[in-house]
Amino acid sequence: MATMSEESAARFARISELPYAVVDVTGRRSTGRLGKVGEILGRRDLLNLLVRRDLQARYRDSFLGFLWTVIRPLIQFLMYFIVLGQFLRAAEGIDNFAVYLFSGLTLYVFFNDMVFGATGSILQNGGLVKKIYLPREIFPLASIGGAGFMFLVQLGVLVVAAMLFRALPEPAEMLWFFPSVILITIYGLAIGLLLSALNVYLRDIQYLTEVVLMLAMWGAPIVYSWRMVQDVINRFQLPEWVLDIYAANPLTIAVLGFHRAFWGAGTAEDYPAQLGLRMLIAGVVGLVLLVISHRVFTRMQGNFAQEL
Amino acid sequence: MSDNATLAPDIVRLTSVSKHFRVRKDNSLKDRVVHLGRLGKSFRRDFVAVDDVSLTIQAGTTVGLLGANGSGKSTLLKLIGGILSPSTGHIETRGRMAALLELGAGFHPDLSGRENVYLNASILGMTREEIDREFDNIVEFSGIGDFIDTAVKFYSSGMYVRLAFSVAIHTDPDVLLVDEVLAVGDETFQRKCMDRITEFRAQGRTIILVTHSAQQVAELCDRGIVLKDGAVVFDGETREAIGALRDVLEGRRVGEAPPEQTVHPIQVKRVELLADDGSRTKTVNEGDPLTIRIHVDSMKPIERWELGFSIDTPLGHMVLASNTEMLEHRLDPIAGPVSVDLRVAAVNLGAGQYYVNANAAGVSEPSSHGLAQGALFTVKTREEVTVGTVAASVSIAGSSYV
Repeated sequence: MATMSEESAARFARISELPYAVVDVTGRRSTGRLGKVGEILGRRDLLNLLVRRDLQARYRDSFLGFLWTVIRPLIQFLMYFIVLGQFLRAAEGIDNFAVYLFSGLTLYVFFNDMVFGATGSILQNGGLVKKIYLPREIFPLASIGGAGFMFLVQLGVLVVAAMLFRALPEPAEMLWFFPSVILITIYGLAIGLLLSALNVYLRDIQYLTEVVLMLAMWGAPIVYSWRMVQDVINRFQLPEWVLDIYAANPLTIAVLGFHRAFWGAGTAEDYPAQLGLRMLIAGVVGLVLLVISHRVFTRMQGNFAQEL
Repeated sequence: MSDNATLAPDIVRLTSVSKHFRVRKDNSLKDRVVHLGRLGKSFRRDFVAVDDVSLTIQAGTTVGLLGANGSGKSTLLKLIGGILSPSTGHIETRGRMAALLELGAGFHPDLSGRENVYLNASILGMTREEIDREFDNIVEFSGIGDFIDTAVKFYSSGMYVRLAFSVAIHTDPDVLLVDEVLAVGDETFQRKCMDRITEFRAQGRTIILVTHSAQQVAELCDRGIVLKDGAVVFDGETREAIGALRDVLEGRRVGEAPPEQTVHPIQVKRVELLADDGSRTKTVNEGDPLTIRIHVDSMKPIERWELGFSIDTPLGHMVLASNTEMLEHRLDPIAGPVSVDLRVAAVNLGAGQYYVNANAAGVSEPSSHGLAQGALFTVKTREEVTVGTVAASVSIAGSSYV
């Protein structure tokens, strides 16, 4: 090794210019300017491949393939439409119940897929987490990406259905779509990140999540309407703040926004006052939650490799 | 090497790094709640895997991390790789890092070889353009051929490993972390790994290697770091590091010595190595005599019995063996602790480490007992002009056209 090859010399020269990446108690700190976000952006190729891997692997060797993305929510929709809408007559209070129900369900399924997928993501990719350094956020993000893809497919079905039923509102109203989706994504990310880390230490989390997500569906106006909630609160003479608490649920706000975007039959009475402001507040709270849950995630990820 | 040391920049720096683990026996919510508070403490166990380690590694060196099982060397490697976070202290690394920790981590069985190459290379930090450029080389090196578009679940395990290895070596790392991966695969594959690592060294890449094999360290490394209970006990030249490792391993063996009871009818208690002046030794020069003293005990008198020994390389290949039957020596009847000296007149072995195994067997009273790796010694050759397990004098006798 007395004589150093040119290749080595070039390599050494390059290395001596590089900054150090530091690994300490809080995990690996990235060298880039944008910190963790920059690091993840730098690995977007990988993120993309991981999303595709999950999607490709999911329906490989199945005859219907990607149709299953649509079949499952359609069956769920039919079940609620027939049983709740017709047998239990929920449809009578809601015009164009089919579109109302399907738009709410689409957004809920997106949220459900995000949170449920992210929760198990670190465990599922345990082999990689244990062996190689990657920004671990990439795994929950990849499953959220997969959920996003399925959401887009269902959205296509929703738009077609809404057009067939002539249910679409004014084009300007349809802009409600964007804040609703952004809001639900912020919460999906925040909750998904936190639960994915917790689940490594406490495997009960994934079962708990399943139950809570099921409850969340009934807690938001998906199969019933905002007006029905108001009626119940009036009938039992509950104080006004009960309704405010109900309306503080970000899933409720997002679903209501989604209804405004796709369900043209709604009137002002079908929505709480100042939906936009509520969305804004929920969004800010969601961002704070996202920062906190990422902090927790960073803190916990240092021992992932040991706990898996 | 000293030339390089002045030129080479630091690439990995560890500053008083420690890692504590808390092992819990409960892992469900119910258990946690039940064991909350003071009771929970009995379900936790803290231990220190890495204890206040400070190191600096220069670019272009090949470093071997040595130590017994559980000495913290794999944990240290994971800390350097950023897979684990330290409890205290910090680690600074720079340059592109790749880990050969487990071949095929991240292969998805349902995806084709091609898709897996892209995925795995991307995991190892290559960009899409780099993979496009290297793809043909990767397939070529792996020898997978047309199977590249078949799902990897249909691959034989050999194909699987070859493809994974091929991906790993076509990334362009500045630092390569290797965790005992060289211990898997067949001999050809191991050779391929070794050749590639040698090539990597020539290219000025830094390699940090965790291994049990003293031979690998001697063959590959510039520097050896010996760990014991998470702390660095030796850091320096490879040959001395192997010596330090041997001391650590032997120390451990004494600490874990089995109870001194004799449970077999006939039992080999221990093996001692003596130099000609009767002193205990661990190092033998080529051609010197060596006396192997084997201590044997028996529970009851045995009229006829035999005793033997063998000398192995650390990889388990026998290089020398003999026994009283072959030597046509009739041992005195045994009725209690005795020791027998077997003398090797000249140790004509190549430089390296060797284990001594001993075996005793009753003939009149069928019973046998062996002590594997009862002692360890190092052979030093006078001139370092050969490698291998035998010592011989080799020189160029001349050359002529034929």
